[in-house]
Amino acid sequence: MRRAGFRRTGRCWPSVPVLLLSVLIASASEPQRPVPLKSGAEFAGADARAMQADDFGNPGMLWVTRGESVWREPAGKAGKSCASCHGEAPVTMKGVAARYPVIDRGDGRLVNLEGRINVCRVRHQGAEPLPYETDTLLALTAYVAHQSRGTPVSVVIDAQNRAHFERGHDFYHRRVGQLNLSCAHCHEVNWGKQLGPETISQGHGVAYPAYRLEWQTVGSLHRRFRGCLSAVRAAMLPAGSPEYLDLELFLAWRANGLPIETPGVRR
Amino acid sequence: MALARVQLPAAAKRGEVVEVRVAIKHAMETGFRFDNDGRVIPRNVVTSIVCRYNGDEVFRAETGSGIAANPYMQFYVVADATGEFVLEWIDDAGERGMERAALTVTA
Repeated sequence: MRRAGFRRTGRCWPSVPVLLLSVLIASASEPQRPVPLKSGAEFAGADARAMQADDFGNPGMLWVTRGESVWREPAGKAGKSCASCHGEAPVTMKGVAARYPVIDRGDGRLVNLEGRINVCRVRHQGAEPLPYETDTLLALTAYVAHQSRGTPVSVVIDAQNRAHFERGHDFYHRRVGQLNLSCAHCHEVNWGKQLGPETISQGHGVAYPAYRLEWQTVGSLHRRFRGCLSAVRAAMLPAGSPEYLDLELFLAWRANGLPIETPGVRR
Repeated sequence: MALARVQLPAAAKRGEVVEVRVAIKHAMETGFRFDNDGRVIPRNVVTSIVCRYNGDEVFRAETGSGIAANPYMQFYVVADATGEFVLEWIDDAGERGMERAALTVTA
């Protein structure tokens, strides 16, 4: 954004103070977002994009198919399935993933889709929560998120989730690990450049749970966080930890406007 | 968890060549990997994928550890009669899977 502004100033002097002022105001009031917003698919290569676009060839759809059967399976003491309360997911879950993570009205905690599914299991189905990264939880999450495919992310930061958002923002900009890098050093400042064989993405989470060719399976956004932290030689937190949820909220806000792609295909 | 998908056109003309696509959800554990405690993770891969069209075998693949996880195969069959495709697979652990898909053939 600043580069574009600089080029324009060369041609048009009177706009300099206005531009400078707008940049200053923008940076003071709210955090920057990459311009233009680009989904990770744009950095993943033509092969991965073609695989993702093909609803049969996309291996993530196997998890979506499995998730559909889990949706109808009764679980827990209540003997209820997801469908018992929520009916047909393509109708009731449409667009839901685009609003997540949200504050749970029950206990005021920040929950993502995985968290919401487990809240439902414990509170309404009388079942054990599904451990993070298990096949069943991934399948159910992928199925629910898939119903929002194409819906632009629309997360609202308000008084309730502001503190989580601030913590997520700080996590994103904090230097960590032996390489002493923050998320922003790659995904904010250097996106579009090469890192070894890969093109650095803007780091949006809209494709998750996604099928990564490296993993040979579908994985959660929190698994991806762990991968990034491991890459900068930082301590990894367990999937589902509060820090990751805060970061997920910040990333969702940052991706506002990008359509959900679940199940995405990434390298 | 046994799960497979089969994709066919819903209908075809007699004599038309139709594309059949199959995908199996399977980890295809090669037996060459070690867990965090240094123990070998036992090999468990899909060893055989067979597809029958109205009872006749039209496709067979003997697969091994060189095939990536979640095997995807694609082949072509001449549509000669309305009927059913049956995909069957078996892995090293003895788990079997089956998936059906119908094809309507018009004159």
